[in-house]
Amino acid sequence: MIYDVIIIGAGPAGLAAGLYASRARLNTLIIEKEKAGGQIVSTDEVANYPGSVENATGPSLIARMEEQAKEFGTETILDTIKEVNLDEKIKVLKGEKGEYQAKTVIIATGANPRLIGCPGEKELTGRGVSYCATCDAAFFEDLEVYVIGGGDTAVEEGMYLTKFARKVTIVHRRDELRAAKSIQEKAFANDKMAFMWDSVVEEIKGDGIVESMVVKNVKTGELTEIVAHEDDGTFGIFPFIGFVPATDLFEGKINMENGYIVTDADMKTNIDGVFAAGDCRVKSLRQVVTATADGAIAAVQAEKYIDFLEGTEYGK
Amino acid sequence: MVELDRKNFEEEVKNAEGYVLVDYWGPTCEPCKALMPHVEALAEEYGDKIKFCSLDITKARRLAIGQKVMGLPAIIIYKDGEEVERLAESEATASAVEEMVKKYA
Repeated sequence: MIYDVIIIGAGPAGLAAGLYASRARLNTLIIEKEKAGGQIVSTDEVANYPGSVENATGPSLIARMEEQAKEFGTETILDTIKEVNLDEKIKVLKGEKGEYQAKTVIIATGANPRLIGCPGEKELTGRGVSYCATCDAAFFEDLEVYVIGGGDTAVEEGMYLTKFARKVTIVHRRDELRAAKSIQEKAFANDKMAFMWDSVVEEIKGDGIVESMVVKNVKTGELTEIVAHEDDGTFGIFPFIGFVPATDLFEGKINMENGYIVTDADMKTNIDGVFAAGDCRVKSLRQVVTATADGAIAAVQAEKYIDFLEGTEYGK
Repeated sequence: MVELDRKNFEEEVKNAEGYVLVDYWGPTCEPCKALMPHVEALAEEYGDKIKFCSLDITKARRLAIGQKVMGLPAIIIYKDGEEVERLAESEATASAVEEMVKKYA
C-alpha cells in the first residue's frame, strides 16, 4: 500500500501532523521507534502549552494528542527506520520490521539529550547519571542531586527533583541562568536549591555507582572534586544541557545546518514531497507549541503537494 | 512474571540457580511502561529457560540501589545470583532486550 503521508516520529510535531493529515482524509501512517511522546513524556508539568489543563503532564498531553489523531484515522506502527529513499515520486522507508511507501514524508524525529561528553558519563548512566527526572527521581529521595545546565529544562527539572532530593545544586557554565525569569524566581525562592556558577563537569567517578564528580571553574581553571557524603555513598547527576537533533538517517540526503534540517516557512525541505517539523529542524524556539504548529503546516503542505501531483501526470 | 519486593528478592534472584531477568521499573517511568509489554512477550517465549521478574523500585529503592541500579528502565540478567549483563536507560530498547535475552536463552 502507498500511503499519502508517512510521518516519522510520534512526538507533538508528528501527532499534530497526523491529526491534520487524517482530518484532510489523507491515508496517514506514523512510524515511531519506541512509544509515542518524544521528549515531552519525561516532563512532569506542561505549563506553557496554551490551554493545557491544570496538572497536565507530558504523558497525559501526549495521550490526548495520540487519541485525537487516531480518532480521525491516523495509523501508527512501531518500527525503527534504517534507510530512506526520498528522491523518487514514491518515497521508500526501510524499517527493521518492514518497508513503507508514501507520496509524502514528514520528518518529525525530534532531538535527544546532549551528553556532557566527559569521562565516566557513559559508564555511570543509569548508575547515578540520568537524563530523565520523572523516571529516576525516586532513587534520590533524601540524597543530593546535581543538575547540569542553566536553561528552562535544567531549572524546571531541578525544581521537580527538590520534591525528592535533600538538596539540588544547579551547576552552570555561566554566572547567570538562561531560564525564563518566572522560572528563575521560583528557583531562587526554593530553599532546597543551590547554585554553582561558572562551572563545568570534567569527570564522573565511581565503582558501579556515582561516587564523585570533578568540576572545573571556567574562570579560574580550578578543579574541585565533589565527593558523596559518607552516609549517602552516592548522589545524582542530571545533565540538561540541550539537545542533539535525531537526523543521522538523512545526512547527505537532505540539506542541514549543524545537524538540523533546513526548511522554508511551509516546512518544505529541499526535496519535493519531504517536509520536516518540530525539534529536528532549524528554528529559534523548540517547544511543544511550535512543534504542533510545524506539524499542522507540514500536513497541509503535504496535502497541497499531493493535489498538485494528482493534477499532473501522477493521477493518470 | 514474578513480582519482586524486598522480601522475596533474595530467594527469587540472589539464591536462584540459572538465569533470572529482572525488569526494574517505576510507575512514573514512561519508557519503562512502554518496554514492559515487550518484556512480557519475551517472558512468554523464553520463560522456560530464563525466569522473568519485575521490581517496582518505589517499593524497594534501597534494594535497587544495592544492585547499583539508579536509572530506569534497567533490565539485568543474573546467573546463579550474579549479574552477567544489563541494559540501562536509553540502551534498554525492545530490540536490544530481545537480543540480550536470546544470548542466554
